[in-house]
Amino acid sequence: MNKLLTATSRAPQAAQSGFRWRQLASPPVFFAWAGRAWPWFAALALLLAAAGLWVGLVLAPTDHQQGEVYRIIFLHVPAAWMSMFIYLIAAAHAGLGLVYRTRLSPLLARALAPTGALFTVIALWTGAAWGKPTWGAWWVWDARLTSELILLFLYLGYLGLVSAIEDPQRADSAGAIVLLAGVVNIPIIYFSVQWWSTLHQGATIRWNAAPSMNQTMLAGMLLMALACWAYALAVALVRTRCLILERAQEEQL
Amino acid sequence: MLKAVFVREMRLAQRRPAQALGGLLFFVLVGSLFPLALGPDSALLQQIAPGVVWVAALLALLLGQHQLFEGELADGSLEQWALAATPLWLLVGMKVAAQWLIAAVPLLLAAPVLGWQYGMTADAVGVLLAALALGTPSLSLLAALGAALTLGLRGQLLLALVVLPLSIPILIFGSHAVTQASLGLSAAPALNLLGACLCLALLATPWAIAQALRLALE
Repeated sequence: MNKLLTATSRAPQAAQSGFRWRQLASPPVFFAWAGRAWPWFAALALLLAAAGLWVGLVLAPTDHQQGEVYRIIFLHVPAAWMSMFIYLIAAAHAGLGLVYRTRLSPLLARALAPTGALFTVIALWTGAAWGKPTWGAWWVWDARLTSELILLFLYLGYLGLVSAIEDPQRADSAGAIVLLAGVVNIPIIYFSVQWWSTLHQGATIRWNAAPSMNQTMLAGMLLMALACWAYALAVALVRTRCLILERAQEEQL
Repeated sequence: MLKAVFVREMRLAQRRPAQALGGLLFFVLVGSLFPLALGPDSALLQQIAPGVVWVAALLALLLGQHQLFEGELADGSLEQWALAATPLWLLVGMKVAAQWLIAAVPLLLAAPVLGWQYGMTADAVGVLLAALALGTPSLSLLAALGAALTLGLRGQLLLALVVLPLSIPILIFGSHAVTQASLGLSAAPALNLLGACLCLALLATPWAIAQALRLALE
């Protein structure tokens, strides 16, 4: 392992003369940069989450229609945003890796996917916990819920395929094809589900149909969204570092 | 070369009819299980028929697809395909077209029987046939993509795990078209969307399958 670390710490010296973003595409440079950056993102995530939770749970007023239950949106909405953003970002990286054969991009896609799946699960879980007291049901076959569930399946399909293929190069490219096919499908899924489900049931309560949001609530939600961003970045950076080490080890064998 | 691929597929299917018709038997069996499990309430059966027929067709088409390219990989003809003057995506498209004729066309022929079992109206059966004719090629292409991606891997469930989420729109549009028809509404929008999905699948998947096969060959 020590040999690996010295091998990976040789390159960053070039980066010190003049740091450019494109250098991060090189795994050794990225390894060093991520090692320095992730504690900052982790600390930022903690700070923002503490602030967001304080604003959300203490400062924000009680909703006059839903009571205290609405406070779950401070976790639910950022998680739902992140679940979709992360999928797009992972797919973009996977596409870059497929086209330009960059070494780092597939690793980033792979590092982001578990976090994306986690956020999808959180969004679904908190949504169910909110739906039970508000709608009276844990689950409704509404367009949004269903497409979020399918997003989870797409993540799981990607993770399952990537972990089943032993050859890393093939795993990266096959995973990229699956991710990109999923991106093509996401708008189709969203609209198909929307049209299909509106046939069976009337309009359900959507949060954007509620009275316009209080400023404090919005602030809390945005703080939490930023916290989720920082958390996702920190976790993805750490995971990418692990993947870089794994690959380096495989290449040396 | 293209003709040779097509003839080979047909001859293989002819020599092993059990394998080719297994999907058909599965389709009819699954379709007949639902009335047995739910009871012979004709109103309920009529309501669930489009979804049941579509899910049965989807599963029947995915069944056994994990071996789609295994023979070619084992005897080396896949490498010859990759080296041939004819582009790989064209050869793959031809193979999938032949597979569609072998696996999906029997389903189309059996679908009216299943529809009548569920008490569907003649209009709805007609729309069901049109929807299956438009939707099953996309499903065959997606299944082939899954087979190419999981070629040589253990675990047949992986194929379903990858392909099922991608095939959800086709399932939704397909059963939506039939539901509309059985309610006496126009099925044209859903059929148009199925056609659009087919265009997209025809455009993108042969290339993706070829790419995935090259990965498996490396």
